[in-house]
Amino acid sequence: MARVLTLLASLVLALPFQVHAGEVAKPAVKIENPDTQCVAPAEEMRRNHMEVLQHQRNRTLRLGERGAKVSLNGCIECHASKTNGSVIGGKDNFCEACHAYAAVKLDCWDCHQPKAGYKAAAVAQPSGENK
Amino acid sequence: MKNEFSRVEEKLFYGLAALGALVTAVGLGAALYMEHHGHVVTGMNNQIVWGLPHVFAIFLIVAASGVLNVASIGSVFGKAVYKPRAPLSGLLCIAMLAGGLAVIMLDLGRADRLVVAMTHFNPTSVFGWNVILYPGMFGIVAVYMWTLMERRMYPWSKPVSVAAFIWRLLLTTGTGSIFGFLVARQAYQSAVLAPMFIIMSFAWGLAVFMVVQKVMYGWNDLALHPDIRKRMKNLLAIFVAAVFYFVAVYHLTNFYFAKQVAFERFILVDGGIFPLLFWGGWLLAGTVLPLLLIFVPGLAAMRGSVTAASLLVIVGAFCQLYVFIIGGEAFPLEIFPGMTVSSSFFDGRIDHYAPSLPEFLLGLGGIGIAFTMTVVGVRVLRFLPKDDLAKLGAAGSLSD
Amino acid sequence: MSAPENKRRAFLAAVGAVAVAPGISLIAPSQAGTAASSAVRFGMLVDTTKCSPGCDACVKACAAENGLVEPIADLRQGSQWIRKIDLVDTATGRQHSLPMMCQHCAKPPCVDVCPTGASFKRADGIVLVDRHICIGCRYCMMACPYKARSFVHQPLTTQNPEVPRGLGCVEACTFCVQRTDRGLAPACADACPQGAMLFGDLNDPQSAIAKRLKEVATTQVRADLKLGTGVRYQGI
Repeated sequence: MARVLTLLASLVLALPFQVHAGEVAKPAVKIENPDTQCVAPAEEMRRNHMEVLQHQRNRTLRLGERGAKVSLNGCIECHASKTNGSVIGGKDNFCEACHAYAAVKLDCWDCHQPKAGYKAAAVAQPSGENK
Repeated sequence: MKNEFSRVEEKLFYGLAALGALVTAVGLGAALYMEHHGHVVTGMNNQIVWGLPHVFAIFLIVAASGVLNVASIGSVFGKAVYKPRAPLSGLLCIAMLAGGLAVIMLDLGRADRLVVAMTHFNPTSVFGWNVILYPGMFGIVAVYMWTLMERRMYPWSKPVSVAAFIWRLLLTTGTGSIFGFLVARQAYQSAVLAPMFIIMSFAWGLAVFMVVQKVMYGWNDLALHPDIRKRMKNLLAIFVAAVFYFVAVYHLTNFYFAKQVAFERFILVDGGIFPLLFWGGWLLAGTVLPLLLIFVPGLAAMRGSVTAASLLVIVGAFCQLYVFIIGGEAFPLEIFPGMTVSSSFFDGRIDHYAPSLPEFLLGLGGIGIAFTMTVVGVRVLRFLPKDDLAKLGAAGSLSD
Repeated sequence: MSAPENKRRAFLAAVGAVAVAPGISLIAPSQAGTAASSAVRFGMLVDTTKCSPGCDACVKACAAENGLVEPIADLRQGSQWIRKIDLVDTATGRQHSLPMMCQHCAKPPCVDVCPTGASFKRADGIVLVDRHICIGCRYCMMACPYKARSFVHQPLTTQNPEVPRGLGCVEACTFCVQRTDRGLAPACADACPQGAMLFGDLNDPQSAIAKRLKEVATTQVRADLKLGTGVRYQGI
């Protein structure tokens, strides 16, 4: 019941924007490894992935817990595009597809590596040259 | 409400407001540029981590707390001459505080995380205290101005002014303690910095006030009563002399500690730009000349001598902060006393700093914000200090 | 995750703690879901008498492990989590060399001054920056007596997956926390050809480092500040 009400309320609120919303195509999220199982059902991940990630980031970084079921690197390994090896970079990439559509800023990839299986190349510029 | 600025041409107001807005916009643009490219486009680095924006920001913040002094002398200490000046003093305080804080915030590596700064609080951090002290200052001064300008609130003026005075002392203590609590670098780590910043705020704030007051009187074809002018310039001289005293104590104690001598030699003798700015900028231009302009009869009689003295105090303030902040950071950390060190990270080497244009524009933008807020403020509300000379004379407030 | 790393992890899980190189003892890897323990105090002992002036194997290993590979025009703006310092005693002329990095203080000034609490000390004594809430104010860099911290001055794209780092945040040596949590010593200690960097649990009297610290004279850098550094030096 609550769900129906929420839906109705959001429909009413969204009425003025209906016309425009129709013009933007829903993102086509490409699942790269359809035969594997995500850590949680898609519906739950769609709604709560940010809470899950934030919860785990604090446990990993602040408490030093490793090896949890949820990990950002785990997401990348599975969801990185087979084309460019990354979860961002274009409208077809897993994270960017929805975030561009929803106009929600992606902050993770300023610091986290968005490419699967990435290993920094040999030191491009020796930072240890004495003097 | 009668518009006090009716004599000023509309055009002039809009011109000035537009100028302020333009400088502000350029400053914001510079901040965006720095934000986008990172601090790689600035002259700052891992040794000199705070650069020119901080010189501007700390000047604005320290002067902001100092400029409120004019109001405090009137309300807290009951000096009648200063009372009509209280509203302008409050306005300048808010305007400069806003400008200074904007510069500090926009220079952050992650300026987009303002909300994080507001919602995460570390009680041991002096910066953390300042996150409370600075917004609190806005609030208290706003209420204070309300009690000054709204007749019904007059009775509250005194207690609120006392609160504002205490708060501003805490605020400047907080600003000085940003440096005073640092054990790592030789320029800082001194308890004298907190009172020194307070006395610096007295001098710089009053100097800014004198200049603004002069300009406003000029536009309105008014002249400051010579006796009031004399009182204010004498007070400025006392503050400037007090700053000199604190700076002298700070450097003399350093000279007494063998471990600090190399640093003092750097700042005062062979540090290139820093000794130049110290002796020429702060001591000569910012301290000696203003005192001469105020006290030597021939000079003091000259037109504009007090304004010139005030402007010189401001110039000296910038020189002093540049030496204190940049010079203090340029001197290498003494990690291994008694050893000569060298490394790929420039250990043991004196750093050189060349501010880039965006940094300068960002700092200037802070002044632009303060300027715009002041111009708009004096336009829409009654801020022009008007002296009831008959009343002041009768009360004996004009003579010393 | 690469295959060799998977193997190593399996190996560690099976064995627990073993010595893989002379002077380097492994610590028990943290189990899945277990947090860093306050019973542990990680530390390092650097034997400067073994450290050769021209060698920067530790620096290179750190850069490779932590992805500090981005080129930068002005080296003063680049990140250095560990650096080699050459010292000359001004009175006696004695020369030596040592690696300098975050000293993982018991009372870290960077943590004290951080306005948001982004700089923090883990239960096991490792000092880290939480980049999620670092606002890039650089106050910690003003406060660190070891010049151990770097500010990321430019956008990055070459981070290693296990070592997130990025524009506008401050960073420093983490004791290779992604390795220590797996039971490995930091990359620098592993890479030192002289075995001059001994890593381990200072609280465990049976650990190699605790035993060595009991035997030989060691010093903390800037011991006058009483910060209780986790890194100690021999032969300064």
